[in-house]
Amino acid sequence: MQETIAQLTYLVASVLFILGLRSLTKPDEARRGMQLAALGMLLAIIGTMLHQEILTYTWIVTGLIVGTLIGYPLGKFVPMTAMPQRIAFSHMFGALAATLVGIGEFYHMYQGDHPTNPSAAESRFKMAAIGFEVLFGALTVSGSFMAFGKLQEFITGRPVTFKGQNLLNGLLFLSAVGCLGWLIYEPSNVIAFYSMVAIAFAIGFMLVIPIGGADMPVVVSLLNSYAGLAASATGFAIGNNVLIIAGALDGASGFILSIIMSKAMNRSFGNVLFGAFGSGGGVSSKKTAEGLTAKSISAEDAAVLLGYASKVIVVPGYGMAVAQAQHQVRELAELIEKKGGEVKYAIHPVAGRMPGHMNVLLAEANVPYDRMYDMEEINDQFAECDVAIVIGANDVVNPAAKTDPGSPIYGMPILRVSDAKSVIVLKRSMNTGFAGIENELFFDEKTSMLFGDAKASLSKLVSEVKQL
Amino acid sequence: MSATGFIQLYVFILAGFVGFLVISRVPPLLHTPLMAATNAISGISLVGSIVLAGGQYGKLPTILGVIAVACAMTNVVGGFIITDRMLNMFKRGDKKDAGPKRNEAA
Repeated sequence: MQETIAQLTYLVASVLFILGLRSLTKPDEARRGMQLAALGMLLAIIGTMLHQEILTYTWIVTGLIVGTLIGYPLGKFVPMTAMPQRIAFSHMFGALAATLVGIGEFYHMYQGDHPTNPSAAESRFKMAAIGFEVLFGALTVSGSFMAFGKLQEFITGRPVTFKGQNLLNGLLFLSAVGCLGWLIYEPSNVIAFYSMVAIAFAIGFMLVIPIGGADMPVVVSLLNSYAGLAASATGFAIGNNVLIIAGALDGASGFILSIIMSKAMNRSFGNVLFGAFGSGGGVSSKKTAEGLTAKSISAEDAAVLLGYASKVIVVPGYGMAVAQAQHQVRELAELIEKKGGEVKYAIHPVAGRMPGHMNVLLAEANVPYDRMYDMEEINDQFAECDVAIVIGANDVVNPAAKTDPGSPIYGMPILRVSDAKSVIVLKRSMNTGFAGIENELFFDEKTSMLFGDAKASLSKLVSEVKQL
Repeated sequence: MSATGFIQLYVFILAGFVGFLVISRVPPLLHTPLMAATNAISGISLVGSIVLAGGQYGKLPTILGVIAVACAMTNVVGGFIITDRMLNMFKRGDKKDAGPKRNEAA
C-alpha cells in the first residue's frame, strides 16, 4: 500500500515537472506552471517518506531543515547580476547530493558493518549506474566550483593553459573510463570505485580551468546537463523512475542550452571546451584602428537625437550589466516613449554571462518583456530604426563577423546595428572587447561615441531628454 | 541486462525526448529561469538521499545521506524561490503605444 502511494506520487510529480517546464514556453503562464512543479517536488518528498526502509526520521528532518536554511537566502536575496555564479554554486550542491548517495550505496553494498554483498552478476547493472552517477556527480561538483570561483572572481577569470594540458586531460578521462569498466567487471572493487571518484573530481577541475569568463554561458549550461545526468544515473541505481525522468529533463535542458550558446558564439562544443578562447595575445585581426577616427558626441546632442527619434533600438551588453545601468536605460526608454517614440530592446543570445541573463536584468528594471526581442526577431528591423543605442556591447555588434574572413569572430551571428540610420555607442574608452579586436562599427560615418561610465552617461542622457 | 534495466532505459530515453521537445520551445527570453527551474528539479536527488539518511545502513551512509538531503533540499528551496522571483519580474507592457503585439508562443 505504502509502495503504491509512493509510486503514485512519483508519477504525478513527473507529470507536474513536464507541465512546469512546458509552461516556460509562455511567459504569462510560467509562474503558475513552476508553482505546479514545486508542488510535484513536495509530493515526491512526501511519497519518499513512506519508504519501508526508512526507520528514523530525525536525520532526514535535520537535513531538510539545514537545506532549507541554506537554500532560502540563495533564492531570496542573491542579486540578479550574480545569477550565473549562484546557479553554478547550486549545481555543485545538486551534484554533491547525487555523488554522496552513490558513495553511500556502494559502502552499504560492500563495506560497512552489514554489507549486503550481492553477487557480481546481479550487481553489474547497478554498479554501472552508480559508476555513472559518481562520475558525472563528482566532475560536476568540482567543475561547478571552478565555474563559481571564476564568475565570482576569486579565481582568475582568464583561461589557464599549459603545455600538455589536453594530453593530461585525455589520460585522466581514459583512466576514469578504465575504472568504470573495471568496476562493471568486478563490482566489489573498492580501489576502482574510490579512484574513479577522485579522478572524476580532478576532471571537473581540469575541464573548467582553461575556460575564460566570457565562455561561461556554455560551461554553466553544460554543467546543468551533467547534474541532470548524475540524477538520472541515481534513478537507475536505486530503481526510481521519477529520478530518471527529472534527470533526463535536466540533462536535455542543459544540453540544448549549451548548443544554442556555442552556436551564438560560432564555435563548436569542442572548441569551447579545449580552445581557451579569450586568452588575449594570440588573437588579432588584420584590421587596425590606424588612420580611422571615431566621432564623439556630447550627451546634449545625443539627447536631441534620441528625443526626436520615432524608432529606437537599445542594444544592452555586459558593460551595462556591470555598471548596473538597466534602471537608467528603462527611465530613458520611458521618456522617449512619452515623446512619442518607440523603444525596443535587441538581445544577443550571449549577452550576459548565462543564457537569457540580459532578459532577467532588464525585467528586474521593469522593462516589459514584450519589448525584448531576440536576435532573429529584430535583425531586420534595424534598417527602419532611427537610432540604435549600444550600451557596453562590443563583439556582438561587430560587422567584421560578416565582412572580414580574417577576423577571429568571422561567422559569428551578430546584431545588425550597422543597418540603423544612426548609432550611438556608450563606452568607457576605445578598448576592445573580450575577443580583443577592433570594431569597425565605432568608426562608421553614422556612429557617434558617447564616452564614459554607462550609468553616468545614461543619467545625463535622461536629464537632457527631460529638458527637451 | 535485466528486464527492469530495459524498462528504465525506455523511461530515460522517452523522458529525454519529451524534455528535448518541450525545452527547445522555451524562448531565449526565459532561458535563465529555465536553468534555475531545472536546477531546482535536479533537487529530486532528495528521493535517493532521504532513503540513505533514514535507512539505517550504518553510520557513514547515514552521515552521507544527511549531507545529501541538505544539499538537495538547498537546490529545491533555493531553486524554486529564485525561479518564482524571476518569473514574477517578467511583465507585459501595459501601455497601448507599445507597438504591435508579439506572438510569444513562437
